[in-house]
Amino acid sequence: MLQRLVPFLLIATMVAFAVAPVLILRAPYESTMGLVQKIFYFHAPAGIVMFLAAFVCGINSARFLFRRSVRADHLALAAAELTVLLGTIVLVTGPLWARKAWGVWWTWDPRLTLSLLLWMMFGAYLLVRRYGGPGAEKLAAAVGIFGMCNVPFVYISVNVWRTLHPKTTVVPSLGPGLREPFWFCVVAFLLLFTLLLALRVRLAEQQAALDARYLELADRAPASAPGAVS
Amino acid sequence: MFARTAWTIFRKDVVVEVRSRELVATTMFFALSAVIVFAVALVREGRVVADAAAGILWIAIAFAGTLALGRTFERERYTDTLRALLLAPAPRAAVYVGKLLGVVAVLLLVELLLVPLVALLFDAALLRRPALLVGLLVAGTIGFASVGTLFAAMLVRARSRDVLLPVLLYPITIPVIIAGVRGTAAILQPVPDEPMATFWLMLLAAFDTVFVTVALWTFDPLMTD
Amino acid sequence: MSLDFDQVHAGGIGRHFGRRLALSQVTFTCRAGEIVGLLGPNGAGKSTLLAVLSTLLQPSSGAIRYGPHGSDVAGPALRQRLGWLGHDLQLYPELTARENLRFFADLHAVPAPEACVQRALAAARLEARADDVVSSYSRGMRQRLALERAMLHQPRLLLLDEPFTGLDGASAEALASRLRQLASEGRIIVMATHEVAFADDVLSRALILHEGRLAGDVPGRDWRTAYRDALQAVR
Repeated sequence: MLQRLVPFLLIATMVAFAVAPVLILRAPYESTMGLVQKIFYFHAPAGIVMFLAAFVCGINSARFLFRRSVRADHLALAAAELTVLLGTIVLVTGPLWARKAWGVWWTWDPRLTLSLLLWMMFGAYLLVRRYGGPGAEKLAAAVGIFGMCNVPFVYISVNVWRTLHPKTTVVPSLGPGLREPFWFCVVAFLLLFTLLLALRVRLAEQQAALDARYLELADRAPASAPGAVS
Repeated sequence: MFARTAWTIFRKDVVVEVRSRELVATTMFFALSAVIVFAVALVREGRVVADAAAGILWIAIAFAGTLALGRTFERERYTDTLRALLLAPAPRAAVYVGKLLGVVAVLLLVELLLVPLVALLFDAALLRRPALLVGLLVAGTIGFASVGTLFAAMLVRARSRDVLLPVLLYPITIPVIIAGVRGTAAILQPVPDEPMATFWLMLLAAFDTVFVTVALWTFDPLMTD
Repeated sequence: MSLDFDQVHAGGIGRHFGRRLALSQVTFTCRAGEIVGLLGPNGAGKSTLLAVLSTLLQPSSGAIRYGPHGSDVAGPALRQRLGWLGHDLQLYPELTARENLRFFADLHAVPAPEACVQRALAAARLEARADDVVSSYSRGMRQRLALERAMLHQPRLLLLDEPFTGLDGASAEALASRLRQLASEGRIIVMATHEVAFADDVLSRALILHEGRLAGDVPGRDWRTAYRDALQAVR
């Protein structure tokens, strides 16, 4: 189902990202920060879609762990990789902006810190899958579930922690004329997310199919030994 | 059956620990070294940076906790007794609760030593609001141990289990650390900030409820392959 | 919560780890009173098959039936009828024999645990050393204790992984006679071993595993020829 949408998603994403810079350039300058603020149009949507990816991973991890659905495992893996990828975008654009706007690279802003922690939790997911040995998919699923359940707690604790020492926040409130490019970019990133998810799941499915072929060959391989009963 | 199994496992862990004294002794000593290392790093001109006492206390708990978790399951792995526990007819979640109680007990014992030590070394008036402090410590320890027991148990069969436990545990328990540190720091204010400390305590209690529930739920499917 | 069976049937059991096929199309039936040996070289899949029989490992294909009961539905009631003795003996070295037995008796909710522990100590011939910690025991003593630990809850199916490893002649003979006694009580005993020297006396049946496949299913006394044939066939 997801796979059939791929051609449409591909075209839609390409169009969206071709149009986005035009909209961004044409948007009015924000009063205090000028040109630098425009990085926000990629930074914030990437953050929002990263949240979505984390939830997709968590929910599919639960489906894999309890229903043993292999497709859910593929979705969870793809979503975890996308969480880390989008997180990287957020964590690179955020400091770039902060540096130019306020002179420091990192201000422990609540939402940036939350993104950092999400990045770490789903990075841990990927590390477990890679280095955990056989059966690591289940272990990673536990990390995915715990990571997803953790999001509200991280959000609250980081927010309360940081607002005691108010500093410049990375996400300003949006004035008129700034909202349209923002929402357009959110849609563009959603399309990109869905496209990459579909492609990555297809890759995982093909790897699984290849493994199944190998196993089938091994299953059929040696001829029965004389006198052996199976 | 559930409560009885958990209690039987906990009692066994207590007896084993009393006989060998390995966990409590090594964990306490490690916590002490950690505190001293941090002191050396953070003390300037004989006085520690403000609020650092709260941070040092909770980091020492986190590090010591990771060690204790690793050790307690390594012991079960070495004698293959974890398999025997899982083959018992009791619901597997009871095994989780039994081990969790053991880990929490060890950590609380270590904290019994750590708190006066940190109060002494850093001239921190930790004992001004004992009820709140105990609440924070108990809730925080349960939060940390609830996630840690599940991860340590599931990693018993994995490769690279020694390094993977902290890699998995620390990001997920960040809210516990934040809440513990900020709650303790609130107590350490010139005028202890009780509403703030209570808020953090409530957050820890919510964390504990959610994560113990999730752990009870996921323990069984995780332990069979 | 009581469930019982008099035979165990493995139907087309397969298990893979990633691309590695550990078991393939393994089918057999074990009945009460049999001592079945799983023989085969290292890596043949003996431990994997035992783990599947113990319900701790799920097969990738096929299913095990314990009498009329399937492994996926039965859960705790089924585990109450299974006993396991692994190579690492599953004993707490810091506890005494009596404490170890009492712990496992409580874990399995055995009725009248004290009497049961006393009987187990007698069967293991460890009454004199019952209150010494297990770390002070020899391998043979630990083995006897571990076997009685596995039997505390009177399981119907007893699974043993390499039980004869590290035993001297006398201990091995004692183990063999205890197993014969347990089998005569109507239990099903499945034992993985590559210490084939004891196979003649003890096994009533031999399942030869080679590279995850069942290469032979023969009566106990015929195991030598079957084993040789199975290994040669692949060359």
